[in-house]
Amino acid sequence: MKECCEAEPYKLLLHLQLSPENPQPSTEMQTSNAVTHHTTNQPHHHSKQNGPHFRIAPKPAQAVGSAPPIIMSTSGLKKSYRKAQVTIPVLRDVDFSVSAGQITAIAGQSGSGKTTLLHLLATLDSPDQGEIHLHGKRIDNLPTQARDRLRNETLGMIFQFYHLLPELTTLENVLTPVMIGQSVMKYWKNWRVNLERAKTLLDLVGLSHRLEHKPRELSGGEMQRAAIARSLIRSPQLLLADEPTGNLDRQTGNEILDILRTLNEQENLTIVMVTHDLEIARQADRLVQLVEGRVEEAGTVAGSRQPDVVAKSE
Amino acid sequence: MYKLILSWRYLRTRYIALASIISVTLGVATMIVVNSVMAGFSHEMHQRLHGILSDLVIESMGLDGIYDHEILQAEVRDILGDELKGLTTVVHIPAMLSYKVRGEYVPHQINLIGVDAKTHAEVSDFSRFLLHPKNRQKLSFALHENGYDTHDVESGREVARRPQLKDAGWVYRRHRAVHERHQKQSQQTRQSESQNPALFENPERHETSSDTTADIPENPYLAASTTEESFFDPLKEQHAGVILGISIASVRHRSTQGQVEDYFLCLPGDDVNISFPTAGTPPDFGTGQFTVVDFYESKMNEYDSTFAFVPLHQLQKLRGMIDPATGLAAVTSIQIKLHEGTNLQAACERLRKRFPAREFPYRIRTWQEMQGPLLAAVRMETVILNLLLFMIIAVAGFGILATFFMIVVEKTRDIGILKSLGAPGRGVMSIFLSYGLSLGAVGSGVGMVLGLLFVHFINQIATGLEWVSGREVFDPTVYYFQEIPTIINPWTVSWIVAGAVAIAMTASVMPALRAAKLHPVEALRYE
Ligand SMILES: Nc1ncnc2c1ncn2[C@@H]1O[C@H](COP(=O)(O)OP(=O)(O)OP(=O)(O)O)[C@@H](O)[C@H]1O
Ligand SMILES: [Mg+2]
Repeated sequence: MKECCEAEPYKLLLHLQLSPENPQPSTEMQTSNAVTHHTTNQPHHHSKQNGPHFRIAPKPAQAVGSAPPIIMSTSGLKKSYRKAQVTIPVLRDVDFSVSAGQITAIAGQSGSGKTTLLHLLATLDSPDQGEIHLHGKRIDNLPTQARDRLRNETLGMIFQFYHLLPELTTLENVLTPVMIGQSVMKYWKNWRVNLERAKTLLDLVGLSHRLEHKPRELSGGEMQRAAIARSLIRSPQLLLADEPTGNLDRQTGNEILDILRTLNEQENLTIVMVTHDLEIARQADRLVQLVEGRVEEAGTVAGSRQPDVVAKSE
Repeated sequence: MYKLILSWRYLRTRYIALASIISVTLGVATMIVVNSVMAGFSHEMHQRLHGILSDLVIESMGLDGIYDHEILQAEVRDILGDELKGLTTVVHIPAMLSYKVRGEYVPHQINLIGVDAKTHAEVSDFSRFLLHPKNRQKLSFALHENGYDTHDVESGREVARRPQLKDAGWVYRRHRAVHERHQKQSQQTRQSESQNPALFENPERHETSSDTTADIPENPYLAASTTEESFFDPLKEQHAGVILGISIASVRHRSTQGQVEDYFLCLPGDDVNISFPTAGTPPDFGTGQFTVVDFYESKMNEYDSTFAFVPLHQLQKLRGMIDPATGLAAVTSIQIKLHEGTNLQAACERLRKRFPAREFPYRIRTWQEMQGPLLAAVRMETVILNLLLFMIIAVAGFGILATFFMIVVEKTRDIGILKSLGAPGRGVMSIFLSYGLSLGAVGSGVGMVLGLLFVHFINQIATGLEWVSGREVFDPTVYYFQEIPTIINPWTVSWIVAGAVAIAMTASVMPALRAAKLHPVEALRYE
């Protein structure tokens, strides 16, 4: 516990947040995502912002110990880059699975192929070998159009460098996936609903007062919040995050993680998060370590526990 | 949806692309201006040419002309039927004209045309170009008292000042006659005083007295040699009238005040000498005295400087084209006017079929054929100019291409983002295509407006340029038009605009394709 507080301020943060309304002890947290603690989730150090209000129904309680269904799995993924006779093998043989409702962290050194793997999961790139299944259906060999639709409707993505479109306002950025997914006619017909949803999400991430601002007028943390709102607008089943805190200071990063965690807990959102920060990785429900293009399962990380309990066992 | 928003935002945030489109704008504007002016010029020219020339002409190949033209006319009427609007006979021969300027004869090579005053107006706009208002209404070869236009009535504005024409006509003729008589008398007194009988006969007096037009003898071949000493009083009488092309009689120059003036070397009321080949074998020389009764100003320099019109009958008599036995007069050509909308070429073909060149000594041509080289030259000029200007727009297209490539490169990461959000390649492509389309539309739209405005105010602009540069842009001493003629053809304009938009679109296709084909991962990793 002591160690935790020193090494993982993020944990401390979570505890502090709990305090007034729900003074539940932190140990309760290990009962995992099944229990909802946070009715309000107000980042204490960001008092000027409205914290995320989760008006959406909390996820149903899950019996402890019952294995959550697998939402995504990979088998024998291989990927290498070729350039002028030089072949750089990045992923040699990646097998792992993502359980529904869990935060899966993918950790590894820089250059270990985390981003490459995430791109493969997001169907942005195709593996040289191996398969990726989503809900038991193979997705890596889908035709381009189907992949586009999949990315638009089923997967949400956030990036280290936020990747907002600089010409659009925060609100428009959040609405972009809707614009992409819906025809002009449908978009206008659903305009009110879309706008309402975008505002709710921006409210959730605490950006509702910056709707008309362009990305360059926002701070990194704010941009990442907008990016999270954007990734959620199509109600994805799986959120893929590539070092969402990699470019932020620890405190801001923790806020972002906080949001993600809350989403995971309250909306049962499945998250795959790439990070090179083991501190963060350990807080995940499950840790996947990439070493030399292969998955090194939990336990190999020095001092870590069973990956499934890493995050909640402290 | 995002396509529209994004291309609109790109449009609003990337003015550099607008700069690349300026060349399209200028190209479109220039093309519209050039085409309008060319169309104006060529329309003006066509109209004038067509007005001067009749639709179809049947020419005799020889100088003798066609004697049996009555029969020919009947046949032509028969062949053309309802299409025929008017028909006139003409004697058209090369001739030499001379008039006296300060005691010296000034010669001019001319086309002498004997026209039938009654029917000539049916086939051409001939009388429209005359300077006396009454002649414009009804052609007459009689000298008018005065009242010749001292300014260009047709254009409604003063092209060139013509103060000399104020008193031209009988007023001027009488004045001159009195003056000459005085001169002669004083000369005669001087001569009788000096007792020099050799110089007694004044050469000028001799000429006027040897006039043959008043009274033609029966035998036409005697016409030129007749030396009847009937007394001709220039104070009260005129010779047969001649209408001169205005450039034969005048020079255009610019006064020191910068005003353009026509200076007339001879005026209505003056007498001129015309020599021409007579009919007969071999051709001989005939000479006649004519009184200038009007000027002809078609503003086609070629005609204004060579045409002289005289009464048909007069010319026939002088040339000896009247058969003394039958009294039938020959003509050298028949001019035919058809109703509007008739297929000239087809009518011409029908006549040619009936009078094949192998059997008949006639040449049958449409007015376009007669002016073929000139019209072809104008057409050629228009085509070449359009080609060149379109090249300019095409060059602008490459500018757009380069700019668009730059924008696509600059937007690489955004393209990756869009793709990661599920935007299909088609969608990304259409962002840039609609960007190109709107840029092209804006560019050529502005170009169109500029061009049309320029055309509309072209004369004011010319005046402004004159004022700025101090030089005449559209010099009326060179051109006979007072104003720059323009015609805006909506079809041409739409073609130009559509072409420019198409070029801008085409230029954006390649960058757009590149954007569509970008690999999302590479695009996302792009720094
Ligand atoms: N297009 C490419 N061509 C060649 N090699 C590439 C290409 N893209 C990535 N690589 C290589 O693949 C390896 C994995 O890259 P990747 O970006 O997946 O690493 P990462 O684990 O995300 O690293 P980081 O933690 O620094 O983000 C690196 O060694 C990189 O050099
Ligand atoms: Mg990476």
